[in-house]
Amino acid sequence: MKIKDLSKEKYLLPGTTACQGCPHALGLKTLGMALGDRFVLVVPAGCTTIIAGSRDKSAFKFPCLHVPFASAPAVATGLGSAFKKLGKNGIPVVWMGDGGSDIGFATLSGACVRKDDMIVIVSDNEAYMNTGIQTSGTTFWKAKTTTSPKGKKEEKKDLALIMLMHKADYVATASVGYLQDFIEKLKRASEIEGFRFIHLHSPCPPGWGFDSSETVEVARMAVKCGAWILWEFDGKFKISTQSKPYKDKKRRLPLADYLKRQRRFRHLSDEDIAEIERRIDEQWKIILALEKVFS
Amino acid sequence: MECMIAKPSKGSAGKTGLWRTFKPVYDVEKCNLCHLCWLYCPENAIDVLEDRIVIDYDYCKGCGICAKICAKKAIEMVREEET
Amino acid sequence: MKKILTGNYAVAEAVKMARTEFIAAYPITPQTTIVERLAEMVERGELSAEFVRVESEHSALAAVYGASAGGLRAFTATSSHGLLYMYEMCWWVANSRLPVVMALVTRTIGPPWNIHTDHTDLLTLRDSGWILAMSENAQEAFDLTLIGFKVAERIDLPFAVGLDGFQVSHTAEVVDIPEQEEIDRFLPERRRDRPFVIEPGNPITVGGLTTNECAMMLRHDMMRDIEKVGDLVRNSGYIRDYDLVEKYRLEDAEYVVVMMGAWCGDAKDAIDILRDEGVQIGMLRLRFVRPFPAKEIAKIDCKKILVVERDSSIGKGGIIATEVKSVADSPVQSVMAGLGGVDVGVEDFVAMFRRFVEGDLGEWWM
Repeated sequence: MKIKDLSKEKYLLPGTTACQGCPHALGLKTLGMALGDRFVLVVPAGCTTIIAGSRDKSAFKFPCLHVPFASAPAVATGLGSAFKKLGKNGIPVVWMGDGGSDIGFATLSGACVRKDDMIVIVSDNEAYMNTGIQTSGTTFWKAKTTTSPKGKKEEKKDLALIMLMHKADYVATASVGYLQDFIEKLKRASEIEGFRFIHLHSPCPPGWGFDSSETVEVARMAVKCGAWILWEFDGKFKISTQSKPYKDKKRRLPLADYLKRQRRFRHLSDEDIAEIERRIDEQWKIILALEKVFS
Repeated sequence: MECMIAKPSKGSAGKTGLWRTFKPVYDVEKCNLCHLCWLYCPENAIDVLEDRIVIDYDYCKGCGICAKICAKKAIEMVREEET
Repeated sequence: MKKILTGNYAVAEAVKMARTEFIAAYPITPQTTIVERLAEMVERGELSAEFVRVESEHSALAAVYGASAGGLRAFTATSSHGLLYMYEMCWWVANSRLPVVMALVTRTIGPPWNIHTDHTDLLTLRDSGWILAMSENAQEAFDLTLIGFKVAERIDLPFAVGLDGFQVSHTAEVVDIPEQEEIDRFLPERRRDRPFVIEPGNPITVGGLTTNECAMMLRHDMMRDIEKVGDLVRNSGYIRDYDLVEKYRLEDAEYVVVMMGAWCGDAKDAIDILRDEGVQIGMLRLRFVRPFPAKEIAKIDCKKILVVERDSSIGKGGIIATEVKSVADSPVQSVMAGLGGVDVGVEDFVAMFRRFVEGDLGEWWM
């Protein structure tokens, strides 16, 4: 699919409350390019709650239902049933952050196990950003946040692999650094029935501490140093084109280059970075093994 | 109940062009219409016409992503004038 | 046609006859058999509803909320801790003005764990905007569920039907079931576009940030609209007459008891016994807690009122008594009894009412 063939219809209207360089805005604007106007967005508490607009002005040219923090996938279940029963052609799309997938973990799990008809996108900026940068389940190892001022001590959960182990109908990781890949994955997801999940990596300029112009660069850097792995599962497990070169550790760009350009990692020592690199190596082992298992 | 319902509106946060410190300045001569700036503008403030792009300065927040992503360096971030 | 049904099965029957389109519920004693019966009905093709096996009560009401926002007639059921787990969603549903119906099989809140009836759980909803009804027996549980769908959809407010855990939920009684055609005439298909509908191609955003005044307008409108429930219940067109209250031997009563729930049956027996002894005592039974039947209570003209209730508000006393006191013309005495499902039988009520009449009754009955 060529970039020039993408729909120019604007589903995210200019002049939103999103920060300069906001990754959610990048993700949201591309939803329509993949799904047309046949979707409904379900938004739990998070930055997107605000980006959606206020008073009588919505930034969205598609239907959007604001819902309580932990409830989104379950609400989508109900909406999906309504569309089916009333003969309405459309997909409920849950758009939530890593916050929503912490507090709503059971909700996410339940909808997945039931194979309820929806696409869930977790736009992951690796912290509870809307409340001011607090540590979440997916916050990167050792990252500084307001609740982990000396760097995160806890482990980092892999949402997409968890959904894969639920036997979801479609699971993928994506990045706002590679929007065409995201759009293709959305398109593929929209053609499959059941529970579809996309984990979208969303570097946040104020939250991570980099200039608003660097959002796409930082996102791509995460992929190029191997820290964020792009893959897709629809029965077969495929490592995506942009991540393929980095199966080979020698081709990965230095992790320090990715980490040190973000203020949230300035405090890291060389040992810290080495430890993180070991974790990334372990992650790759799992991904490569899955590629073999589901080939 | 009506006060809980919002409709699609451009400028839901007002004229966000006022947020800018730096402004993208476009040189059509260098542009090859690759569409990357259009795709990667988080504000949807860039439109691609037949022979050039147009930036909507009413809403452009000056984030600078377009300048960084342009392979032809057709966009340059320039400090806004003091008014 | 008369059937023998437990309160729970009667509710399930009503949900089926209402042609409910979406059900999501999580099992909790003593609500469980409602859910099981509904699952059976759907599997057998007796009820063509979507039945979702959710993983929690919070998700049960969330799914029901989604279905309702999409235009379907939707139902859930729960008790006690399940209600508390979905409590956030309860308020969200009410403020969204969606006509969801819920059966609340009342059960004590722990710890310690206690599966027996107590009305505190139902009353935790009293400020939310939910219409709150409390049945006395299986027939009422059946009737109020059907009336609930109609009233909820007319007024755009959710409706909870209370029924006592085990005493009504698991006790088999004779229930008079109307014909399906009668129910279809009484309860037409839900209007799909009220109060709003979320559907592809209709680009509205619902529930986002807005002015502070909106919150005030919303609550004001809910306050105004819930007052219409009395008339809606009285004129619902249902095959049996219903009102916000039941008046039992009230006309010439010098002493009035105000209560709600299954134990009112035993209390009425006690009233009969005392009446035979010449005591002019009667009961105003609350069928609805919200809207609060203020007019009916204010109209009571007697020597004194006794409120007996299965709940407690720590730091204040009986919840119903507090509310009755605020509108009653006669002096009100409050007794909290039967908490935790402690049995209060006919003899207890006889003794209690006697001491009330004689002016020798404390605040607790154990």
